[in-house]
Amino acid sequence: MANDMDTTEQTRADEVRAFIARTPLAQEMGLRCEVMGDEMTMIMPYQEKLIGNFMIKAIHGGAIAAFLELTSQAQVFLVTEHLERPPRPINLTIDYLRQGHAKDLYARAEITKMGRRMCSVRAEAWQDERAKPVTTLMAHFMVSGD
Amino acid sequence: MSDDAASSPAPWEVMNENIDMISGGIPWGRRMAFRFTRIEKGHVWGLQPWKERLVGDPDTGVIHGGVLTAFLDNLCGTAASSALPKPRFVATLDLRLDYMRPADKGRDIIGEAECYHVTRNICFTRAWAYHENRDKVIATAAGAFAINKPRSVDSMRTM
Repeated sequence: MANDMDTTEQTRADEVRAFIARTPLAQEMGLRCEVMGDEMTMIMPYQEKLIGNFMIKAIHGGAIAAFLELTSQAQVFLVTEHLERPPRPINLTIDYLRQGHAKDLYARAEITKMGRRMCSVRAEAWQDERAKPVTTLMAHFMVSGD
Repeated sequence: MSDDAASSPAPWEVMNENIDMISGGIPWGRRMAFRFTRIEKGHVWGLQPWKERLVGDPDTGVIHGGVLTAFLDNLCGTAASSALPKPRFVATLDLRLDYMRPADKGRDIIGEAECYHVTRNICFTRAWAYHENRDKVIATAAGAFAINKPRSVDSMRTM
């Protein structure tokens, strides 16, 4: 029994990794994910092309938003077994709290409510300190399948 | 002196004259390959071309929503700057995106943003992304931008 469950979880984690590996935008942004059971951390290693403001060497807000959106999509996909593909977003709100400096970014997403057709997600991206998020996101995704 | 001030062009006029430099100077803007096409006071238009590297769903070839977010974020920020009487940088406070329908594979996306209200500290903006016209939108956005204070020489000395 335990083995069966392990196999299932492994498969879904692999699917999430495959989603990141075969999604062109995620590759363009250099994303990498670490899956631990039903938890996942997404990593966006710093690259010069992600800069949005040369003078202050800040990462582009739009790139961080896309990073958080991909993180949320991957997290919902990870824990929603009946989904055959990553969920489509309905809408999202982004709060820019601090500047994203020229270094790696990390993100985690949490499902605040899983419904039959839709789910609510919160995600945050941080750099040096988890308690000082750079950007947060609140989003809704369709989870009713296609 | 006052004559000079009266005849100096408004920020939006300068921005419109240097329209290609605005997106060309940003590395992530260049990777996304979007450009601004027209700037008026508080109203801007832009173009986001379809690119293979921006695809979010390899099965359909549809561009990722995150690309639209970055595109409309930039358009809203530019609309905010263009609405101001003096040149100022603005920073995104928050941005809300609503996805109405997927974009078509291989087609350019037109974006349009307007700054509809300005207070002493904040610019309020909204934006649309579409293929043909606003009646059939792909996504809409609403964003608030903080107006950065200009730094005086004195304030820099005390840092």
